[in-house]
Amino acid sequence: MTDGVKVLGLHLAVIAGLYTAQFILPQYHATNLARIMVLAVFATGYNIAFGYTGLLSLGHALFFAAGIYGVGLPLQMLEWTTLPALIAGVLAGGLVAGAVGVLALRTAGVSFMIVTLMFAQAGYLSILYFGSVTGGDEGFALDRAARTLGGIDLALDGYRFALAWGLYAVAMLGCLWLVRSPFGRVMVAMRENEERSQMLGYNPYRVKLTALVISGLYAGAAGAVYAVLFGYVGASFATIQYSILPMLYVLLGGAGTVLGPLIGAAAMFYLIDFASSLTSAYLFFVGLALVLLVLFAPRGVLGAVRERWLRWLP
Amino acid sequence: MAALMEARGLTRHFGGLKAVDGVDFALMPGEIHALIGPNGAGKTTLVGLLSGRMAADSGQVLLAGKDITALPAHARVRLGIAYTFQITSIFPRLSVFDNVALAVQSQGALHLRAGVEAALRRVGLEGLATQVASELSYGHQRLLELAMGLALRPLVLILDEPTQGLAAGEIAGFKALVRALVPDTTVLLIEHNMDVVMDLANRITVLNFGRVLATGTPEAIRANAVVQEAYLGA
Repeated sequence: MTDGVKVLGLHLAVIAGLYTAQFILPQYHATNLARIMVLAVFATGYNIAFGYTGLLSLGHALFFAAGIYGVGLPLQMLEWTTLPALIAGVLAGGLVAGAVGVLALRTAGVSFMIVTLMFAQAGYLSILYFGSVTGGDEGFALDRAARTLGGIDLALDGYRFALAWGLYAVAMLGCLWLVRSPFGRVMVAMRENEERSQMLGYNPYRVKLTALVISGLYAGAAGAVYAVLFGYVGASFATIQYSILPMLYVLLGGAGTVLGPLIGAAAMFYLIDFASSLTSAYLFFVGLALVLLVLFAPRGVLGAVRERWLRWLP
Repeated sequence: MAALMEARGLTRHFGGLKAVDGVDFALMPGEIHALIGPNGAGKTTLVGLLSGRMAADSGQVLLAGKDITALPAHARVRLGIAYTFQITSIFPRLSVFDNVALAVQSQGALHLRAGVEAALRRVGLEGLATQVASELSYGHQRLLELAMGLALRPLVLILDEPTQGLAAGEIAGFKALVRALVPDTTVLLIEHNMDVVMDLANRITVLNFGRVLATGTPEAIRANAVVQEAYLGA
């Protein structure tokens, strides 16, 4: 069996397994899994920028929020139907990432982290400032009519799961295709040795901007679907927490691995779920998990697996 | 015959230091041209200006008569100017295949695998494609760097001290390889090893204190009294 067949087989098996899980898991966990899959799309997008291209952004909450408001505002204010609003949400994520990238990519390393963080904070404060439109701190709920797609009520468990699963399947296969494409190789080249890449004829600015826009489209798609599936649009999605979360998912699951973001999102979700049932200081457990991770598996779960056993893992 | 690549009054200062100071220089198509001079003469700075890795303070760089002074390095690579680094610069964590593939696909080649195999065969690294680049020996890493330069199918290949750290046997192989490149590719060679220079070069330019001291055939340079005093004199 060639590596290509193994890779495709494994990823299709994961997608099939996720679909089957909704029939096996109790409803509570099936709903959790739907949420995890949407967050994993966000993290998969973050991984394209961070894990593969080496862009450590602290501003992805802004792209996620662009998706949330990109779908929420047209539904609420302009009374769009759900499908065009979802598309608007996806595009909003890519557009905002492009606008931030044009400026932020003039910097690198720590400066890039700070500039992206600054843009995200400015975005968050803008959402609060324009509270009459955005609902500010409280946000607004999307009514049932705004959450139907072709007559299907997305607030129902089965359909909710199906859309989350469908989005994740497309996002994951898209990422797999991207990182195995020639452009994916150039993204990794930027991460590994930017100077050498430039002397092979690649424009670092253009490559990184493209990767960031793709990453923003993923974040926008995740935000848009999250808003529609769970019916809530609010400023809390633009806080720094939502920039840190995808980074934690990626680090935990394995930066620069296609399936790592899903594993990281699931593990972190249940860790927080479990820890907050024990104590209100659940962040203590999150911190502990990260310390253990850095000590024993600095490349994350799948990064360690790839290093030791499965060299062919993309 | 018109020059393939030309520098006119090229200047680059670092603070008060005139690393390259009004250099006029012409690279003729199909030649192997060596750039020599004592340490600190400005050789690496000059090729940095030619390849676009550094910006010139003043002066012009021309490729086939066209002014390319304002172009960034990656655009010059696309026009056919390849540069191999003095200190080996590869992608250590990627496979040998990926290293070379990055160069091959940069040229928009349709047959990636065939292109990579051809480039590896030219430098004698065939069969090592699946190895991680950092696991290669030093000499093989130098050859990988060369393969990446060749895979760009450059008009001008700039080699910055390519034989540094190579064993005697490897140097012989390297010389044969460079000879086989011309006249399709024009080679600009920075080199400290005088045997390699005298053996390979059609013409030599001697730099000293950022200026051109002399240009000529190996015989003429060897016989040049000024050069002997400044450099070969020992």
